[in-house]
Amino acid sequence: MNVRSVGLLFKRELQSYFGSLIAYVTITMFLVIAGYFFYNLLATFSVVSFQAQTNAMLARQYQLLNINETVVRPLFGNISIIMLLMTPLLTMRLFSEEKKTGTIELLLTYPVKDVEVVISKFLACFVVFLVMILLTVTFPILLMALGEPEVMPIITGYLGLILLGAAFVSLGMFTSSLTENQIVSASICLGVLFFFWLMSYSAAFVSADFGRVITYLSINEHIASLAKGVVDTEDVIYYLCFTALFLFLTLRSLESKRWR
Amino acid sequence: MIEVQNLTKDYGRHRAIDDISFSVEKGEILGFLGPNAAGKTTVMRILTCFFPPTMGRATVAGYDCFEDSLEVRKRIGYLPERVPLYEDMTARDYLTFAAGIKGMPAKAIKGRVARVMGDFGLEEVSNKMIRTLSKGYRQRMGLAQAVVNDPQVLILDEPTVGLDPKQIKEVRKLIKEMAGKRTVILSTHILPEVSILCGRVIIINKGKLVAVDRPENLTSKDSGRMFLQIDGSLDGIEQELAHLDGVKGVEREQVASEGSHGFIVEFDDEKRVRQNLHSMIAQKGWELVEMRPAGTSLEDIFIELVTREEA
Repeated sequence: MNVRSVGLLFKRELQSYFGSLIAYVTITMFLVIAGYFFYNLLATFSVVSFQAQTNAMLARQYQLLNINETVVRPLFGNISIIMLLMTPLLTMRLFSEEKKTGTIELLLTYPVKDVEVVISKFLACFVVFLVMILLTVTFPILLMALGEPEVMPIITGYLGLILLGAAFVSLGMFTSSLTENQIVSASICLGVLFFFWLMSYSAAFVSADFGRVITYLSINEHIASLAKGVVDTEDVIYYLCFTALFLFLTLRSLESKRWR
Repeated sequence: MIEVQNLTKDYGRHRAIDDISFSVEKGEILGFLGPNAAGKTTVMRILTCFFPPTMGRATVAGYDCFEDSLEVRKRIGYLPERVPLYEDMTARDYLTFAAGIKGMPAKAIKGRVARVMGDFGLEEVSNKMIRTLSKGYRQRMGLAQAVVNDPQVLILDEPTVGLDPKQIKEVRKLIKEMAGKRTVILSTHILPEVSILCGRVIIINKGKLVAVDRPENLTSKDSGRMFLQIDGSLDGIEQELAHLDGVKGVEREQVASEGSHGFIVEFDDEKRVRQNLHSMIAQKGWELVEMRPAGTSLEDIFIELVTREEA
């Protein structure tokens, strides 16, 4: 793999995200919704804590009432759902647009390897995604100014979001490589993501072994423990494998023009 | 420089090109002629390694387009028919990107991009977004990105389409200048372009090779044709011409002037016909206004070859 080619392609791809409105609008909408969730979680927490001061019953009920459990953890859950909805909007153009406008023909006749194209596109989209996620760091910083949340679960929670993002982006890029229609690409991406998200729902209705398998395969099962501050290699490996699988499939999909 | 052997490409059940073989020497300009959907673009896409052939083999500079695709791609500059460029980049940024991605040393890029922009008259739009460029500038951008790394082989899919006459002239001049240094394959359906630019022509129709030759060899045939404009009575002239010794055929041709009549005369021995003609005209008291050779145009050959194939 030629690092220079990857660098050039990466730069070009990033330019088209930030040279147009795509990155700014998507990131803004993401932050607005995430901020709304954060505000409501925090407001609920403060109301409940205020009531618990005067109501002993309520206080006992909320014995475990702490800022990590009631604000940080649900926040990560909410952010990951918004991510799921925003990912197709960022990834759908990656290959579909190039196929539609025909630029793929020039790109693939330049002396670059398919793997360099895939890696650079993935990295560019992932960087947009990182910018989006890292801007939400303002929320925990606010929490630290107002209260005393545990820092470790916040850090591992972000690790989880970043891993989850890589998985989402790789899947989105794969569906984008399948079609020249951006809407089709986004729809498939969203559908598959939702499927992976909801997969563990049916775990209760199947045999115990199979239930464990689909629970493990479900994409959101792994973010939960990371948001609790537990870094299990099992979860990290899940996301890395998921990402690697869809990067590989994207590469195959790109190469398929050679035998179709 | 370029070898193509028994190239065949199927799209599903449709056979786009069928058993095409030809070769191109170094420094040659080869014209690719054919009606729309004849398979010109398909051959070009195989040569540029965009996709491989179903059967057969193509090599550029000794490298196989499928096995050593990267080596081939380093040596070619390609202008696709639609001129697909990244719309959200400026002209200069795009050329800089193309030069880099084609492996030019970083230090050489700036100078080379400036040079190419000068050659193709792109300086005035260098900082404009490609999406705002006119068709003419886009086409020049397409050519500029193809030659930016100074490749040995240029593959140009309809390089003059959509340009105004002045731009066409400029682009043809640019292509002509490249001959000798580079090997060029260009496709077109503008016939005069081929005789102006190309050392050799390949005519394909419905995916099959119909003819490979020099344009002048294609146009000159056994029998000659000449155009005559004669003042006199239309029917009389036509009859006399038809019976003239050495004349094989006579066709009427529209002319603008009143009382004067135009004819295309087909003959086998030019000298004899000319002598007989002069004596005939003198004898009848007609007046010869114009006489010039009407060589079979490439257009006629093209239509003949293409329709013969269909019949």
